[in-house]
Amino acid sequence: MSDYMKKKVRIAGFLFLSFNIIVGLIYWGIIDEYTAQILTFAGINVIIALSLNLISGFTGQLALGHAGFMAIGAYSTAALVMQLQVPNLPAILVGGVVTAIFGFVIGFPTLRLKGDYLAIVTLGFGEIIRVLMINAEKITGGAAGLKGIPSFTKNISLNPVLSFIWVFLFMAGTIILISNLIRSSHGRAIISIREDEIASNAMGVNVFYYKMFSFTLSAFIAGIGGGLYALFFGYLNPTMFNFLKSCDFLVIVVLGGMGSIVGTVATGFILTYLQEFLRFLQDYRLVIYPLILIIIMLFKPTGLIGLVEDIKKWRRRTFPDQKGHLKAGERS
Amino acid sequence: MGVGQQFLQQMVNGIALGSIYALIALGYTMVYGIVQLINFAHGDILMLGAFAGFFVLVAAAVAVTPLTFIAAFLVAMLVCAIIGIIIERACYKPLRNAPRINALITAIGVSIFIENGARVIPQIGPNPRQYPTLPNISYNLAGVGISRMQAIVFLVSIALMLLLNYIINYTKIGKAMRAVSYDRGAALLMGINVNKVISFTFAIGSALAAAAGILFASAYPQVEPYMGIMPGLKAFVAAVLGGIGSIPGAMAGGFIMGIAETLTKGFISSQLADAIAFGILIIILVVKPTGILGRNVSEKV
Amino acid sequence: MTVLKLEEISIYFGGLKAVSSFNLQLEEGELMGLIGPNGAGKTTIFNMITGVYAPSKGDIYLRQKDSLKKIAGLKPYQITRLGMARTFQNIRLFKDLSVLDNVRIAHHFNIQYNALQSIFRTPGFYKEEAEAMEKALELLKLFNIDQKCDELAKNLPYGEQRKLEIARALATNPRLLLLDEPAAGMNPQETIDLMQLIQFIREKFNLTILLIEHDMNLVMGICERIVVLDYGQVIAEGNPEAIKHNPRVIKAYLGEEVEAGA
Repeated sequence: MSDYMKKKVRIAGFLFLSFNIIVGLIYWGIIDEYTAQILTFAGINVIIALSLNLISGFTGQLALGHAGFMAIGAYSTAALVMQLQVPNLPAILVGGVVTAIFGFVIGFPTLRLKGDYLAIVTLGFGEIIRVLMINAEKITGGAAGLKGIPSFTKNISLNPVLSFIWVFLFMAGTIILISNLIRSSHGRAIISIREDEIASNAMGVNVFYYKMFSFTLSAFIAGIGGGLYALFFGYLNPTMFNFLKSCDFLVIVVLGGMGSIVGTVATGFILTYLQEFLRFLQDYRLVIYPLILIIIMLFKPTGLIGLVEDIKKWRRRTFPDQKGHLKAGERS
Repeated sequence: MGVGQQFLQQMVNGIALGSIYALIALGYTMVYGIVQLINFAHGDILMLGAFAGFFVLVAAAVAVTPLTFIAAFLVAMLVCAIIGIIIERACYKPLRNAPRINALITAIGVSIFIENGARVIPQIGPNPRQYPTLPNISYNLAGVGISRMQAIVFLVSIALMLLLNYIINYTKIGKAMRAVSYDRGAALLMGINVNKVISFTFAIGSALAAAAGILFASAYPQVEPYMGIMPGLKAFVAAVLGGIGSIPGAMAGGFIMGIAETLTKGFISSQLADAIAFGILIIILVVKPTGILGRNVSEKV
Repeated sequence: MTVLKLEEISIYFGGLKAVSSFNLQLEEGELMGLIGPNGAGKTTIFNMITGVYAPSKGDIYLRQKDSLKKIAGLKPYQITRLGMARTFQNIRLFKDLSVLDNVRIAHHFNIQYNALQSIFRTPGFYKEEAEAMEKALELLKLFNIDQKCDELAKNLPYGEQRKLEIARALATNPRLLLLDEPAAGMNPQETIDLMQLIQFIREKFNLTILLIEHDMNLVMGICERIVVLDYGQVIAEGNPEAIKHNPRVIKAYLGEEVEAGA
């Protein structure tokens, strides 16, 4: 087995082991319910942030309405489970498909065009969805919200563990899906659109097709995140899915590093954790988050992951005898 | 009031509202024409202008007179012109050669920052304030009511648009603006100070937004930190409707948006009035993305 | 056999007629140069041929097996897939991607496996990836940049960036290659290397080549036929000798005064 494969097996093994340990800790109450909730909530944020990273970080098309996609997935799943007694897994998946359809419909006229219209259209879309949800009282419970969505199991004591497991399995699935897609020719085609749309087109890449593919898949994944959220949280209210929520995802992606899966995952957990523990800064969050966006864009567009790469490079340069060479592609 | 009269009334309301949208749309379109950036923060400049005027009038502590009204105007326009230049230099200029999405994200960041920064500043605060306004007089024209404020809004807007038109088409800096928006590289080679021209464009756009803010606050006399969001979005749609990058287009688009909104409010439902803007955007993007008077702001290959 | 045909091509930008009634016919294997003063419309013609702009009037045909296919109005990626590739005046490499990736992307439309197969990492996926990688490395070797395959394109020296752009275009398997000022910014030695490279790839890949250039050494050195453009119209056409001495060409480049003094 090559070095590369050995490394991958080692990482996979490590992750599998830690996953099982955490599950055990939650089950036996060593990790309390509250912490488990934060972890689960973080997992959901990571799933949706990854979907945003796919269209914005990898394809280079800014989307500002992913809270809207989350809402569609959440309400669809809730409706299926509560009104049609659909079991959880199909309900989540169908919720994702419904969201993907919305994504396809608003993406089609928008992504055809040259220019940055996706940002404004998704911004408006997110708001429209929110207003629609408030007005569609019969399905969504309107402004009062939708209560009593059954969780993953009727056995209440098992809920923290099961929520965690469900969310984490979906999160792992999302990571594998996006990672495998990106490291393939289709992924390279997608990235080339971000790099230089005109050159990409000239090299035979059907740019519109891949923008649509990326955006629709992104909507699908965000819808799944929403479905998981509905079952996990048990209560939905349209105000949860406002523009600021879309911004939360944007900050996770930008701060972590656009186009970096590891960055999004790590930052998703860090920020969700911080949001819980820095609740007293809640009011200032709306000032701090945009500042983060501005500062990152101006000074470190590659985000935290870029910072980590810089540190690794610096260490290799300053202590060359430790690991020796610069990696291919680096200049000293 | 008969339907015909109702219609005319809403037309009047729409023209007044539309002239405000036109002023804002001009800022969007000029900036997009010259640096290909959707300046999300533009609507929030409107809010800053309104608050600038608010502080002037509150500080004057007298009843609003034509003099103080004009003073508020000029101060607001000047302050916002400077703010516009600062934002451009600090946040957008460094990203001129970066991928487009970076500048867009920064613009969104600036917008949210201004909105919520204003909210947490104690002098402004999250709660709406009453904007001191001129005492109202209503005129009656063939059964249709026009308030003095509406007339002022319309006339001031037209005056500013004429002034802008003069600057763009008959002055040297206006020519430079047109040159830079057409071909930045060539303009540079012709010896035009591109940076100055871009800053000037932002300054004018922001000044117009400030004027719109004052007019908006005078007509709908409440000011609060989020007041610029909806007008900003609608004005952006107006700019796209008229043809992004086209100045006459922005003016036309603004009026159309205003009239569409008031007609919807009057005849269909007031809730739908906001959604109409989004609907118009989708229709335009599907049917004629270059807008009514569209100019192709294309990339040189 | 005609590979490319432009018939009465015109394009208007607003009120300006940038190119008017342009005609061109390229035979298989030809190496043709398109020259003319700046702003004459050369890149505009390239952009029309490659689908970036649609001509306002006229037709463009590209050879497909036994017939000529109308391509005016098609999108760039469609035209590329029909067997035409180009390079850009200002080098449009995927700067933050590796040399290898730049070439692999140009090969993408030939890939058979679909997205699902990449996500589930089927054996077919691995096989095709390995084949694509090999093809890309072979191509890079021809251009002597295979050692740098993992370097970011932006880190390459200028001359190698230009070579990479040509390699990338070749990865699309074209029969017709359009080069837009390939020698721009090169010193005399690099230009000579480039001339050899162009002739080499024409042989090796059975290409028909149309190039835009300002460097007269290159143009006169390798082009078999030359078309001269000024203000969107053809003012001369012929072999290098004829063009060199054509008074209209000299006037277009150097202006009236020189002609008067000549």
